[in-house]
Amino acid sequence: MKKKNLLQRTIIIVLVTLVGIYIVIGPRRRPTLHDFTWSGIKATLKSNINLGLDLKGGSHLVMRVKTDEFLKSLTEENASAIRETAKEAGLPVKEVKAETAGGNYRIVVEATDPSKLGEIQEAVKKKVDLSEWTFSPSGNIATWTLTATAQRALAEQATEQAKKIIESRLDAVGVAEPLVQRHGSQSSHQILVQMPGIQDPERVKQLLKAESKLELVHVVSPPSPQPAQTYATEEEAKASLGGTVPQNRRVVPYAERNEPTTAGQTADNQNPVQKKWVVVESPAIVNGSELRNASAVQGRGGASDYQISFALKPAGAEKFGAWTGANINEYMGVVLNGEVKSIAFIKSQIHDQGEISGRFTKQSADDLALTLRSGALPAPIEYQEERTVGPSLGEDSIRSGVRACVFGLLFVVAFMLFYYRGSGVNAVVALILNMILMLAGLILFQATLTLPGIAGIILTIGMAVDSNVLIFERIREELRSGKTIPSAIEQGFARAFVTIIDTHVTTIISSLFLFVFGTGPLRGFAVTLVIGLLINLFSAVYVSRTIFMWELSRKRKLESLSI
Amino acid sequence: MIQVFKDVKIDWLANRRIFIAISVLLMLAGLGSAMVRQWSPGGTEAFNLGVDFKGGTVVTAKFKQRPSPEEIRAALVKTSVHDAVIQPVIDKPDTVLIKLPLSGGSDAESQAQLDLGRTRVKSGLNQFGTEGNKESDAYEIIATDAVGAVAGAQLRNKAIAVTLAALVGILMYIAFRFEWTYGAAAVIAVFHDVLVTLGFFSIFQWEVSLTVIAALLTLVGFSVNDTIVIFDRIRENRRLHRRESLYKITNDSINQTLSRTVITSGLVFLSVLAMVLFGGEVLRGFSLALLIGVIFGTYSSVAIASPIMVWWEQRLEAAKKSSATAISRPAISGSRVTTASGRKPLPSTAGKRSRGAGGA
Repeated sequence: MKKKNLLQRTIIIVLVTLVGIYIVIGPRRRPTLHDFTWSGIKATLKSNINLGLDLKGGSHLVMRVKTDEFLKSLTEENASAIRETAKEAGLPVKEVKAETAGGNYRIVVEATDPSKLGEIQEAVKKKVDLSEWTFSPSGNIATWTLTATAQRALAEQATEQAKKIIESRLDAVGVAEPLVQRHGSQSSHQILVQMPGIQDPERVKQLLKAESKLELVHVVSPPSPQPAQTYATEEEAKASLGGTVPQNRRVVPYAERNEPTTAGQTADNQNPVQKKWVVVESPAIVNGSELRNASAVQGRGGASDYQISFALKPAGAEKFGAWTGANINEYMGVVLNGEVKSIAFIKSQIHDQGEISGRFTKQSADDLALTLRSGALPAPIEYQEERTVGPSLGEDSIRSGVRACVFGLLFVVAFMLFYYRGSGVNAVVALILNMILMLAGLILFQATLTLPGIAGIILTIGMAVDSNVLIFERIREELRSGKTIPSAIEQGFARAFVTIIDTHVTTIISSLFLFVFGTGPLRGFAVTLVIGLLINLFSAVYVSRTIFMWELSRKRKLESLSI
Repeated sequence: MIQVFKDVKIDWLANRRIFIAISVLLMLAGLGSAMVRQWSPGGTEAFNLGVDFKGGTVVTAKFKQRPSPEEIRAALVKTSVHDAVIQPVIDKPDTVLIKLPLSGGSDAESQAQLDLGRTRVKSGLNQFGTEGNKESDAYEIIATDAVGAVAGAQLRNKAIAVTLAALVGILMYIAFRFEWTYGAAAVIAVFHDVLVTLGFFSIFQWEVSLTVIAALLTLVGFSVNDTIVIFDRIRENRRLHRRESLYKITNDSINQTLSRTVITSGLVFLSVLAMVLFGGEVLRGFSLALLIGVIFGTYSSVAIASPIMVWWEQRLEAAKKSSATAISRPAISGSRVTTASGRKPLPSTAGKRSRGAGGA
């Protein structure tokens, strides 16, 4: 009976060990002879283990989608849609305002007469989708308020959409194996981007952040052949409108430049040759969402003169065609991110093609075309965390981590063999098995090994050996109290097991909190520690026990135990 | 067989006042350092918080021929980076950390600082030559860490929350496995370890980063381990020797597990020492925190957790007894009243007399 039990245990241990070894150093393809050489094993090990960015090098970016800006512009868009509707239908509306202060999003409509509110509500309902807004009349004022639930849902939508756009931009620019995922709690609207191998993320950062909001607008100016009407200052432009900007007009900067522009730069940190202002009509004729395609083409000005040609979707092309047909000789402006890039007069009807000239460099034109193709971000994003690690530092960290591991192991092994003699071998076997299985566990769960993760491995060595110390000390005690060797071993394991469970559970509890709530490096640490501890229950208790059983079974009567 | 301790009979509980006094002094020293640093005008802050928690940018640059910190600062000032802290790396003479704090201001301002930190440092360092990993390059930026003020505060709050949540989780588990007095004693001891370790970080102004928090949580787990090993033995001994006093059982249990405590702590101490010596700059904070944590974690299981548990249990026992026999006065600590279950309160003088000859 006992023999059978021992055989069963041995088979289980041998199987687990072999599977573990295969998972760790076995290639994920048909093995070749090279896989059995030292360098082959090292290479497979490297490809099997999923290294964190801090070990293999790369960039880690955490960004926040400014969803409040998204809700704000949504409110403003709806307000202007109501305004349009009121104008078209001749509703008795005095004023339409968008109020977006303090996390409340409201559209306030003031009617000329309180009795007309119902009529206004009906008319607006037909034209503008306000199903997520609650309507509340009071006197001659009607208010639409965005409900808290709708706010959350819309903000969530915007974040998800931003995530998709970021994914497609990363894909288009050719970043290898990027990781894009939500970060932190859902309401934090954060997105994490990890890019292995990218050491200087500056370009990608600009690219991801680029809002790339394209609009084609009507520039308010006397028609060609007169030159387009521009103003030297913003005040001058406003003065032309009588001091205040009405709802259907906008004043936008217009930089005529001779220098190439870099995409993503904002109006005030580039070197404009002449910064001017123009007055344009609002809303735009068509905007970026009507864009079908965009690409960079070389202009006439040589290597540093690139422009972007774009094509519109059918619906946009129809609108654009109708407008250009009706406005021959009028001036049209291409507005990118709130700045007029170019102004041209309409020679003939244009349907779906257009160009943005702005003396771009090749790279900036490429980047701009790419961001235009991937669509505009629903809301601006801001970077909250940026971490980059170069490959040389990563390799350095692996080296020092492995070195610390090896030294730690050597200390422990030497001590165990010295102090516990024969039984020390037991502990060493269990320890080595633990290391192998821990790596196998990491690979199996596709966990990421980070530098703090390596620290977790070193700590596991300490914890693993503690289990053995607990057991051995207990066996010694039992022996001292006069028990026979078999019963001392039995009692030692049984008594120490309770303690081992308690110590492991408490450590796993604190590691789990780290894993669930922690970020990046902390998670890597928790993962290795938890995997290592779970495996330790097998290696330090089950395996070590089996070795003792085997020793006992070899001799009919064991005279002394080397412990 | 080689043995560290043979039949030790140390009366640990008799020295509880000294132990607790030492711990209180250490905690006060840390607290004092934190308060003095925080409130003294022009001084440093309570803790040397890293970018993880405070926000800011750290650029790690590796030079072919490293200029002196003064030269680097001068080069940076030329490109209008005025507030940089230049810190050479101890074990890598060619590498230097350049830290740019977030200089307050508006959100937009600090955002711009964050976005451009790397670029600004790079344009300053380009005065020494080109950046890159080629032979002809003068230096290479091997790492950058930039954390915004908001993200920093988030990480800070999260770290505190995770630590407290882990403590509550441990308290609940021990309360479930033992009794809640045991759990409370263990958690108080662990909290003490965390405070003492943080005290060291404040006194020596070592940088507190995210990995230090990981180390604190590890030491929480580790110190609780030590405590549980002793508590487990107390529980077992109480079942075996029902007539013995809790005082004696606790002392015996500590002594019986002493070899294990010393061996394990010694081994963990050695492996952490390997990390301090060979783990490199990135893990330094982590391993330093653990090194201190291992020492105090071991100390507190013996010197803090056990006395608190014994004291508490005796208070409960006394309370139970006084409500059971309303006529008799509750037992005063120090008198040798034997309770029905055979336990007796902490003797304040008797313990000293019975102190064994054995010692470490």
